[in-house]
Amino acid sequence: MSTAVEPPPAQVVEEERPTGIGPYVRNWVDQVRGGELGSIPIVIAIVVIAIYMQARNSNFLTAGNFVNLIAQMSPFAIIGMGLVFVLLLGEIDLSVGYVSGMGGVIAAVLLQPDGSQWATWTAIGAALLVGLVIGFGQGFFVAKLGVPSFVVTLAGLLGWNGVVLQIVGSKGTIVIQDSFINGLANNYMSNALAWIVGVGSVAAWFAVQALTVFRRRQAGLQNTPWAIIAARTGAVLAATIFVVEWADTDRGIPYVGLLMLGLLVGLSFLATRTRFGRHVYAVGGNAEAARRAGINVARVRIVVFGLCSTMAAVGGIVLASRLNSVDTSTGGGSILLYSIAACVIGGTSLFGGRGAVKSAVLGAIVVAMIENGLGLLNVSAGTKFIVTGIVLLAAVTLDSVSRRRSAAAGLR
Amino acid sequence: MSEQPLLEVRGVDKRFGAVEALADVNFHVSPGQVMALVGDNGAGKSTLIKCIAGIYTIDSGDILWEGEPVQIHGPKDSGRLGIEVVYQDLALADNLDVVENMYLGRETLSSFRRLDESKMEKEALETLAELSVTTIKSVRQPVASLSGGQRQSVAVAKAVLWNSKLVILDEPTAALGVAQTRQVLDLVKKLGEQGLAVILISHNMNDVFEVADNITVLRLGHNVGEFKTSDTTQREVVEAITAGKISSVPGMQEEALT
Repeated sequence: MSTAVEPPPAQVVEEERPTGIGPYVRNWVDQVRGGELGSIPIVIAIVVIAIYMQARNSNFLTAGNFVNLIAQMSPFAIIGMGLVFVLLLGEIDLSVGYVSGMGGVIAAVLLQPDGSQWATWTAIGAALLVGLVIGFGQGFFVAKLGVPSFVVTLAGLLGWNGVVLQIVGSKGTIVIQDSFINGLANNYMSNALAWIVGVGSVAAWFAVQALTVFRRRQAGLQNTPWAIIAARTGAVLAATIFVVEWADTDRGIPYVGLLMLGLLVGLSFLATRTRFGRHVYAVGGNAEAARRAGINVARVRIVVFGLCSTMAAVGGIVLASRLNSVDTSTGGGSILLYSIAACVIGGTSLFGGRGAVKSAVLGAIVVAMIENGLGLLNVSAGTKFIVTGIVLLAAVTLDSVSRRRSAAAGLR
Repeated sequence: MSEQPLLEVRGVDKRFGAVEALADVNFHVSPGQVMALVGDNGAGKSTLIKCIAGIYTIDSGDILWEGEPVQIHGPKDSGRLGIEVVYQDLALADNLDVVENMYLGRETLSSFRRLDESKMEKEALETLAELSVTTIKSVRQPVASLSGGQRQSVAVAKAVLWNSKLVILDEPTAALGVAQTRQVLDLVKKLGEQGLAVILISHNMNDVFEVADNITVLRLGHNVGEFKTSDTTQREVVEAITAGKISSVPGMQEEALT
């Protein structure tokens, strides 16, 4: 299940390494030793948590709970995928929790069947637009006025919490009756559709890898060995088929899984295959170098904050879909910290410049497994927070230590 | 030197509040020429370079490019003219690899606005080979893992990659060991041989006398002289830098220089 949503990332090869499998593997070992841990800690964490939880409660590794887990992780994964870009800049966005609340609440209010409700798509569009504008606004304060992002988004955390209270306040709870929004997390793909999407995505991923090999060969450049590509693609294919079939023994994969996959592919493409994504990494790595290279650093920052808040609004709509309603506490609680934790646990550095969109999804699996598993064990909310806090601290510590190691390796 | 300088700076002033960083400074460099720019700390070398690169705007005076007056308002303007600066503090992003750094801000795109990685990598490899930079194992390793000399080479190769006409090197050997300094000085000579104009800022007189054709000296924001390397001595240049108080310079005793 670790690879539940390990999907075809849009970016392809780890770039060229000496040809042949031996040197390729040795290179990878060197990288790990040098502090580039990649996805290793997360895979270990997933396995350990799965074994522990299963030992304590045999319902943990059932198809039904697995399907729950997909819906449960989705808000954190989606909010986290936007947050990754902010973290890549070396900034932080503490407002994502309540901005997600804004997204959910606005969509819910506009879709209230009171005779003047909006069409589903315009309501969703409005919610996303509000997210975008909030992000641009906060980004403006950070990029143009030089206010630390920590403070701007802390103000946002308070302010948007207030706005959510103002909107929902008198009504208490707004039940969502829109079938599309409710269906996101509560309707399930047919087995046939899941197969088409799953196998189709892996096939597309393989095609992109093969095309890259072909193009690099044409240019006379070194390539990833075919054996590695085949092994990698085969592993992902096997995991995909396993996930699809396992979920099918219960209700199947919820549509939100499809949404996560789409966002993962799209945003990974944005981060690794476009000029904008390259500039995000550059600004996070060395803002002064980026500026001297002629990159409009302020614009990159503002766009990234806009993207992050928009993704938060998407996550908020998904969360509202899971609960079928919004209320005064929407966007609060653990959403913010779980989303940040997802990114960091997945391997995105808080120091900027290092990370990937997929880390949010991988980290969200861990966060959701902890939340879900502790729920099954009937522990108190207090214990849940303590455990999650410890996991977050462990992930950040690992990040700091591995960063020191790679710095040391860099000086070699 | 040559009839038509590539870059000519005429009567440039630059103030920071009450501080006059540059006062009526004149400066020029021609294609194929290595011009050293020397002066003590605070003489205005870096300010002059930043004005040429568009990091600062000048308060008054003229900048002429191939004989034509030009306005330089930002790094993009200077880049468009063909001016490339290799900064002392190495304007490379540590987390990006060699190719990514060399193309930063000017990435090549293929269809659907995708980055054209294979084209960029190929051209980067070619440029490095052209400059005989052979010590870099893989152009896909992050520059954080490179040595100081290798990083300097990448920064210079970046300038060459862009078919620049003028390459400005700010203290390129300041933090380097002996072998790496050698590597960079060879690179500087190679740039001159390839017909590029080079401005070299350095405190190291041995480096300057080895690679430079001409030397411009600044002191407290003023021009104090221009020398042809072949017609002058280190002593003369150092005296110009320090306003004649040569005995105040450590290691520059009278006997040592005669």
